[in-house]
Amino acid sequence: MKKLILTTAALALMGTFAAAQDVVRMGTEGAYPPYNFINDAGAVDGFEIELGNELCARAGLTCEWVVNDWDSIIPNLVSGNYDTIIAGMSITDERDEVIDFTQNYLQPQPSAYVGLTDDAALIEGTVAAQVSTIHAGAVAASGATLLEFSTPDETIAAVRGGEADAVFADKDYLVPLVEASGGELTFIGEDVMLGGGVGMGVRESDTALKDTMNAAITSMKEDGSLNALIVKWFGEEAPLF
Amino acid sequence: MFAMCTDPDSLTQLDWMLCYLTTGKHMGLYYAFGTVLLLLALTAPAALLLGFGGAMAARSHFPPLSWLGKAYMAVVRGVPDIAFFLFFVIALDQLFELVRHKVKCPDWDTEIWQGSDFVVCPAAKLPLATSPQWVHDTYSFLIAVLTFAIVFGAFAGNVLYGAMRAVPRGQVETAEAYGMTRGQAFRRVIVPQMWVYALPGLSNLWMVLIKSTPLLFLLGLQDIVYWARELGSTQTPRFTAYPHGDWRMWYFLFLLVFYLAFTKLSEVVLGRLMLRLTRGQATLGGETQRKAAA
Repeated sequence: MKKLILTTAALALMGTFAAAQDVVRMGTEGAYPPYNFINDAGAVDGFEIELGNELCARAGLTCEWVVNDWDSIIPNLVSGNYDTIIAGMSITDERDEVIDFTQNYLQPQPSAYVGLTDDAALIEGTVAAQVSTIHAGAVAASGATLLEFSTPDETIAAVRGGEADAVFADKDYLVPLVEASGGELTFIGEDVMLGGGVGMGVRESDTALKDTMNAAITSMKEDGSLNALIVKWFGEEAPLF
Repeated sequence: MFAMCTDPDSLTQLDWMLCYLTTGKHMGLYYAFGTVLLLLALTAPAALLLGFGGAMAARSHFPPLSWLGKAYMAVVRGVPDIAFFLFFVIALDQLFELVRHKVKCPDWDTEIWQGSDFVVCPAAKLPLATSPQWVHDTYSFLIAVLTFAIVFGAFAGNVLYGAMRAVPRGQVETAEAYGMTRGQAFRRVIVPQMWVYALPGLSNLWMVLIKSTPLLFLLGLQDIVYWARELGSTQTPRFTAYPHGDWRMWYFLFLLVFYLAFTKLSEVVLGRLMLRLTRGQATLGGETQRKAAA
């Protein structure tokens, strides 16, 4: 009997040890550089991948990356196919009703309009944005005609093809595209500050994971490693903590 | 993959293309072709089996079984594929997890449905969160095979049900006159002869099944359409060694050729099979063959 109790205690201890080495499945989109994308080797890469791996290392968790369509990224989180969303998702009240967010790991980022010519009238015409983003919401509220696409790349293609007059998205996503377009694409008007910063999405019931991640983000904010990572991927002008 | 690929900017067009087409990212695309072919290879026999079961159930003289067979065919055929794929897969996955939860964690005291969250104990997760990624991929693949098989099984069931009734009544009466039981007549007379009537319908289904494989992405699998969209999208020099503009058209053109070639090949094979099945049959095709041989 004594042996039995000892074994049970040992098993229980091993149980808690295993819990500390838990596997956390991280859901991301993989189509939104520099936040997250698939690199030439076919692996996920980007600011959020580096950040996520560091957060997991600090929290003592093993992390697995899962690529999921943006459209169904929240339904798949709540039904338990993965445990976090780390996909450049801005913290908004609407999303907060369905899922929970950690504290923000990015300040509110500048968003911008891009079109074929720098003509302010364009942003009142037909504007392309990715579906279910704060940008789509902002365009709809601005009174312009909203044209939604399921991937960010399609919004750019719509402007190039003349289907839309302009595209509205995170500026950090647009800058490399404008640079590489050789003058074809250009920014229109001023930057717009949008959203409450970017955070990691977790299930509302998953408070333990939320607390763990919050602690890890705080420690990265405190020792300046988060700022270093932001400068590495978003450049010197990015808003820091 | 090749040694020269370390510095793509210095390469000539042909070498650049060779390096570009062999990146790890492209391997994902080629791998996805294998996934699609494997899905077809597994789904077709599974759907045929389910369809055969459904048709036999529908023919049954035991009313509840007959109702079940007929209801299966009517309901699944009537629901739009996309709704079925979106709803059924999540429901099926949650059902499996719920059953495992009841068995493995009887002492679990928190709610399973918390608002919109579906929370079962970690031991009941399917697959376990600790399983490597390939287990997750295999699991979603098998769920996909099952879903495709159920959907296409209903159509196949209807085709086979019709084919069984199309075997001339006189053949079955002759079998009965020889003293065969209902089951014997079914096995020895109806089943061997029904295929010629079923094949046109089944070959249609096979074509539709080939074309439906892009629905895989709805089930969380990265299929060829996902990779074509991903690889074809504009790539900027900051994030890749192989920058290019919007090449989606070329990738989708490639997919178009693949699907056309595959359906054409299927047509040829099915045409030969039809020729083989009509031999000696009391159909127009069988009669033509008999006359040609005579």
